[in-house]
Amino acid sequence: MRPAIFSFCSDPASLDTFRWLTCYLSTGKHMGFYVSFGTVLLLLAITAPLALAFGFGGAIAARAQFAPLAWFGKGYIAIVRGVPDIAFFLFFVIALDQGVEWLRHQVKCPDWDEPIRQGNDFIVCSVAKMPLNSAPQWMHEVYGFALAVLTFAIVFGAFAANVLYGAMRAVPRAQIETAEAYGMNRRQSFWRVLVPQMWVYALPGLSNLWMVLIKATPLLFLLGVEDIVYWARELGGSKTPQFTDYPHPDWRMWYFLALLVFYLAFTKLSEVVLARITRRLSYGQATVAGAAQGNGKGNGKGNGPGTGRGHDKTEGTLA
Amino acid sequence: MKSLLLGSAALAMTASFALADTVRLGTEGAYPPYNFINDAGEVDGFERELGDELCKRAELTCEWVTNDWDSIIPNLLSGNYDTIIAGMSITAEREEIVDFTQGYTPPSPSAYAAMSDGVDLEGGIVAAQTATIQANHVVSTGATIVEYPTPDETVAAVNAGEADAVLADKDFLEPIVSSTELMFVGEDVMLGDGIGMAFRESDAELRGKFDAAIATMKEDGSLNTLIEKWEVGGTW
Repeated sequence: MRPAIFSFCSDPASLDTFRWLTCYLSTGKHMGFYVSFGTVLLLLAITAPLALAFGFGGAIAARAQFAPLAWFGKGYIAIVRGVPDIAFFLFFVIALDQGVEWLRHQVKCPDWDEPIRQGNDFIVCSVAKMPLNSAPQWMHEVYGFALAVLTFAIVFGAFAANVLYGAMRAVPRAQIETAEAYGMNRRQSFWRVLVPQMWVYALPGLSNLWMVLIKATPLLFLLGVEDIVYWARELGGSKTPQFTDYPHPDWRMWYFLALLVFYLAFTKLSEVVLARITRRLSYGQATVAGAAQGNGKGNGKGNGPGTGRGHDKTEGTLA
Repeated sequence: MKSLLLGSAALAMTASFALADTVRLGTEGAYPPYNFINDAGEVDGFERELGDELCKRAELTCEWVTNDWDSIIPNLLSGNYDTIIAGMSITAEREEIVDFTQGYTPPSPSAYAAMSDGVDLEGGIVAAQTATIQANHVVSTGATIVEYPTPDETVAAVNAGEADAVLADKDFLEPIVSSTELMFVGEDVMLGDGIGMAFRESDAELRGKFDAAIATMKEDGSLNTLIEKWEVGGTW
């Protein structure tokens, strides 16, 4: 009746535990579960850089000298940070979706004479639908996924903007003054001095955001994307023999335990990578961590800042 | 000449594509025997077979979409799919927002299930799925209600002792009662006016097509055959 990967799976009820599990864990439904892990990772992989870009743009806007741009940047940060995520996800996505369809409707169906809002209904002409009704299901899913990415990026972009805004102000003033003394203009000192140095100040805040983003992925289901939490709940729920070849009682605990392990492992891995990036970015910076690193390496090479300080000391004693 | 022919063939093809607009059927996928996700990960159940047959009779191309029960009506209204076919009972409250076809199952009983006999159904704690006629009924009996987003969780709540009993469609509870320790308690209650497909109020044309298809299935007895096959309550 159903295509099974292993030939012995045709009559699961007769199998021993190990083979039963092998068959059970390779059903089409479980494949959907495994694929959803990929969906979550893909979402993170696309959202994180996009949110960072939104954050960078927001931070630049917020510290702009042109007042309306600064208002826009500060407004974006304040409003999005202030609205509860779940409200944002429920409201914004529907508004965005309807906004896109409304625009397409204006362009593609100028002759349409019926109102777009009829009571509770939101109606646009069928060629303005996004995606088209006749589009295959995967296109609907990709569209839903894209809406999810954009929403996540806007929300986390606002937080990232705040972090970067603070980080840009944390770079010692003396660094910018030195840049100016070298004759760099505003733009040059921003890109060549401020931006390379701000990351080390931004990193603790950004790493927090990354952790929160990882854990916020279950909000995907609110957006109609079938994520790992949806599948864990669906697969773990008790199944009666009438409707499945693999009846089982309530196994949600095991599925959620698997999710727990996944999230813990993933956040642990992130911590390791982030620690490495911090070390890397601190090198040569005018911070405590940077100075400590500079000393260590300098001494090793024999002619770094460490040696220099040795000279200082000698001079000190002489004087 | 040849290119002219090809051109007109291409035109004819695009025209037929434009006409064959797909109807998207929205369902929950968590309510056996009405609709559920089978081992292969596809929508299955009474409503899957019914919906496919109705689409065939109405000569429509259909596609299945699953959606959370909680947001199933809002997503219909904003046009994410064109109809709800998800074991949704016809009630006056829902009629204010959406339009139903005629019922494809007759009004069927809801039942209480519990771990033991003698549970207090009017003073105890009763589990029901959010935004269902059963949830409304529990509130009206004076029992304390605990609501869950999916049908499965209402049953799990009774097994875990969080609720004394669960109130749900009897057809949904039947297979669970027959294969677990749960038992039916108390009297069945008749709720709702049968189950129908829900459409946007502005979508009378599509609703008419499905309504007519349901009528033909009632006439030739094929609807009764389906109801008996999936054991979803009484026949017409």
